[in-house]
Amino acid sequence: MALRELSSLEKYLGLKKPNKYSTQGDKKVPVLQNNNGPPLLGLATIACHLAKEAKRPELLGDTAESRAVVQQWLEYRVTKLDSCTKEDIKFILKDLNLYLQDKVYLAGNRFTVADTLMYYGIHPLIVDLAIQEKEQYVNVTRWFDHIQHYPGVRHHLPPVVVLKNRIYTSRHH
Amino acid sequence: MELFVSEGNPHCLKVLAALEVTGVQCSVQYVNHEERVVPFLSRPTLPALLLPTGLHLFSSNAICRYLFEVSGQECSEFCNQWLEWEATDLQPALLQALYMAVLQGKGSEVSTVLQGPLKFLDQSLSKGGMPYLTGEAVSVADVVLWAALYPVLSDSSQALGEHKSVNGWFDRVASIHSCLSAAQKVLQGKGLQGMKSYMQRQPAPQSSQGRNTQPCNCNPIEGEEGERAFSEEELEAAILNWSKGLSTSPLATDRQHPILPQEGKRNILVTSALPYVNNVPHLGNIIGCVLSADVFSRYGRLRGWNLLFVCGTDEYGTATENKAREEGLTPQLICDKYHAVHSSIYKWFQIDFDFFGRTTTEKQTEIAQDIFWRLHKNGFLVEDTVEQLRCEQCQRFLADRFVEGICPHCKYPEARGDQCDKCGRLINAVELREPQCKVCRQTPVIRSSKHLFLDLPKLETQLEQWLEKSTSTGDWTTNAKQITRSWLRDGLKPRCITRDLLWGTPVPHPDFKEKVFYVWFDAPIGYLSITANYTDEWEKWWKNPHQVELYNFMAKDNVPFHSVVFPCSLLGAQDNYTLVSHLVATEYLNYEDTKFSKSRGVGVFGDMAKDTGIPADVWRFYLLYVRPEGQDSAFSWADMALKNNSELLNNLGNFINRAGMFVTKFFEGYVPVMELQQEDKKLLALVGWELQQYIQLMDKVKIRDALKHILNISRHGNQYIQVNEPWKNIKGGDTERQRAGTVTGVSVNIACLLSVMLMPYMPEVSQTIRNQLNAPQSCVSTMLQDNGTFVCSLCAGHRIGTVSPLFQKLEADQIEALKKRFGGQQPEDEPSKEKTPQSTASTQPAAVPAPAAAVEVVTVNGVDPEKAKQLTQAVAEQGDKVRALKAQNAEKTVITAEVAKLLDLKKQLALAEGKSPEPAPQKGKKKK
Repeated sequence: MALRELSSLEKYLGLKKPNKYSTQGDKKVPVLQNNNGPPLLGLATIACHLAKEAKRPELLGDTAESRAVVQQWLEYRVTKLDSCTKEDIKFILKDLNLYLQDKVYLAGNRFTVADTLMYYGIHPLIVDLAIQEKEQYVNVTRWFDHIQHYPGVRHHLPPVVVLKNRIYTSRHH
Repeated sequence: MELFVSEGNPHCLKVLAALEVTGVQCSVQYVNHEERVVPFLSRPTLPALLLPTGLHLFSSNAICRYLFEVSGQECSEFCNQWLEWEATDLQPALLQALYMAVLQGKGSEVSTVLQGPLKFLDQSLSKGGMPYLTGEAVSVADVVLWAALYPVLSDSSQALGEHKSVNGWFDRVASIHSCLSAAQKVLQGKGLQGMKSYMQRQPAPQSSQGRNTQPCNCNPIEGEEGERAFSEEELEAAILNWSKGLSTSPLATDRQHPILPQEGKRNILVTSALPYVNNVPHLGNIIGCVLSADVFSRYGRLRGWNLLFVCGTDEYGTATENKAREEGLTPQLICDKYHAVHSSIYKWFQIDFDFFGRTTTEKQTEIAQDIFWRLHKNGFLVEDTVEQLRCEQCQRFLADRFVEGICPHCKYPEARGDQCDKCGRLINAVELREPQCKVCRQTPVIRSSKHLFLDLPKLETQLEQWLEKSTSTGDWTTNAKQITRSWLRDGLKPRCITRDLLWGTPVPHPDFKEKVFYVWFDAPIGYLSITANYTDEWEKWWKNPHQVELYNFMAKDNVPFHSVVFPCSLLGAQDNYTLVSHLVATEYLNYEDTKFSKSRGVGVFGDMAKDTGIPADVWRFYLLYVRPEGQDSAFSWADMALKNNSELLNNLGNFINRAGMFVTKFFEGYVPVMELQQEDKKLLALVGWELQQYIQLMDKVKIRDALKHILNISRHGNQYIQVNEPWKNIKGGDTERQRAGTVTGVSVNIACLLSVMLMPYMPEVSQTIRNQLNAPQSCVSTMLQDNGTFVCSLCAGHRIGTVSPLFQKLEADQIEALKKRFGGQQPEDEPSKEKTPQSTASTQPAAVPAPAAAVEVVTVNGVDPEKAKQLTQAVAEQGDKVRALKAQNAEKTVITAEVAKLLDLKKQLALAEGKSPEPAPQKGKKKK
């Protein structure tokens, strides 16, 4: 799974020569075999490496603050998202929904690798949401739909249908 | 910048150490563990750094990294790697270790848990041969890892084994004064015990690190609503209802035709917009009119209203003439053919019309001409000469749909002569830009012709008076009111009611012999004539506004004709007609994320639904669940499967089945004695409340919203069973057995109530449930009376029937196959590509399907490879043909016919690929 993400990311970044990867351990942590040095370990680490390799440092954030935010969401992805339980899902979506209320992208107004990796990671959660639930997390859905349509990002994942109009607007309670 | 930390929190140790090491200026606030500092996180999360931009960082590693970066030390890739490892590998192990050591007193086991990560760290350090993790100098990785490990490594009671390199590194970092001082601040010199209060607030760590991607079947409504509290009086009322028992009143479901208005009853006439005969209705049409009207009619009959539901096919007009020409039949034959198609579709969907008629009848001519003469006599018709488009080649005036061109309002290129499909505005055919004759594609010329007009401005005052009353007393949907208002605001103009056509109701006036009525003058009169074909006493419904309430169901595009044009005809005819009291209009239903399109083969059409193998009731349920009530909505296969599996199967079906099975298995099929306790009473009150909500919403025709309350009830029921565990109690002593009996009895009665509430939505399932429960028919009429009364209709000792599962799971591959089958002929959707600026800028029309690409998508792996191969070839050839025709700008009718052939071939191909039930006869004979 992680390897497919990395290969999608490579495609997005327009890297000509695909890198060689393997995985390590039960959790299948991706490993990048690097010709010029020791191998790199971990999805977020490799993603950042790829962005640098593609000479797209802005994808890691353009200020110290946004760089920290990008790293924070990359970490969130490989920790919270990747090991979430059924009960966590609700919290994750709720928190993210609140966070994204006033943001276009995770790091504010610029698209970054955090958006890509969070999108890949949250995809299985979104796929399982009913229309009604998607509407409940409208900011997440909006962000998700935006990223899945962001040129060149989706690649290995099927598109998820998102309704632009709310159909469950009134609650009768 | 402000850093929020709490004492005894090991993560705070990291950030404080980083702060001390880097010397960054930042105020530090100590807060409680429970303090919610980060506004968007629902769980208290510390540490948190408030950035100058107002944003919060909530990850300790990100904070450390940031502090190092602002002090001029950027994070290297290997730093990144260590921080990621710390978060994904070390932290889960540490959390478990600390949990054991601090809270469980199992310090001896800590070394086992930490063995793996420590070994990894040790090997890395010794292999690197450098004093620190990433080189000769201390980096953020060293500080973070050191701080993370400090609580366990500094505790001398922990025998963590010999990790030489780790120990050396740990001591080196510890010798940095700032690190130790940070540790002192957080742990207060109490070692591990300093973290006790923090650890107590952490969730127990999971021993297994499995990712669980199961959908959260959390119900958003239920999740947020919480417990509904009931007063003692409300509980009393619920018990009173419960013990009332079934009424002995006659069955509300008995219908004696002809149904006629009765004195002292609520007399309700329901119409559904007349579907145009030559189109096979798609799911959007079905939910918009007939299905919505059917649910309401079924509900009304259950409520004991005296209700008549009529509908029929709208058969006159240019579209029928066009279709007849395409198929080489007479218009009448076309109508006969398609009327039968419509009838069978609605029958399959279980639309329970009292009468389903058609507009091409004697009665239609009689009534339409009568209304015409009355309007004429009353001076509401005016004569005018109109400029009209005439095709010289076809020797005819091109009314309505005989001409297409560019919409003068929105520039839509395929606007029809009467209305634009895109912007919905009505068009005068001569206003069209670049008009083309639909038959021969020649450019028509403008000629004048004499026509009759309904003088709407003269009727405007009357209309407004009536509208004022009807919209304020009746249940008009918001969109119906808005559309009507905007029509009146724009000012009414005389509307032409005659057309130069053959296929229509003839205009009886001698000066207009060759003409027929414009369909929109004619079609709504169909409601009257269809009723007249049902009963000779039709005027008791249609000329009886004081006794009859008229409900019109339609999609929003039909509103102006029902709220303005037709009422004006009836008002002007001055014959005491029944005008609409409640105008119920839906928005549009889309298909997945696009529109239904017959020509592109996109979407599910009425006649195909039954071929999917999904029962009609499940279709009804899902369409009603996403009914475009108030807003556009969309049909989605994935969502349909999800709703079927989560709501019907796991919620509703599960509850009803369990309730019945308990009676069968634990009580030999007899409903047990129920002794209600407080908890049961609360449930009765809750269910009763949901029932009342359902009735209030249904009375207001909020069909989709009412459905939610049915599902709420079964959710409450499932919870009730889950909490009370009758399957355990039944094995216990007398008290427990008694409890199991009560819970089972209450549950099976709720199941009975559900069957009644479901009746308008899923008639067959509803009947099946009552058959399984052997429920008395009178329960149907009892529970939906007045405000809704949840009575005990299956009393102790009642014998139920055989219980079996009600719903089947829709599997992902099945849904995927259906989605593909109805996805149209376009190449695979590639949104990423479409959205790139290059392709939007290209001049290629986006909507043109590419048959060649579609052929490539087809993969041949079925039971009949030979046939599939031949068909693939045929599809490819037919695709070429269509493209060639399009390239030559051939006549549209010709192209449409060829496209239809192509679609048919593709359908056959799909069958040959393995969906065909027949064995493959030519399997052995493979051609080389």
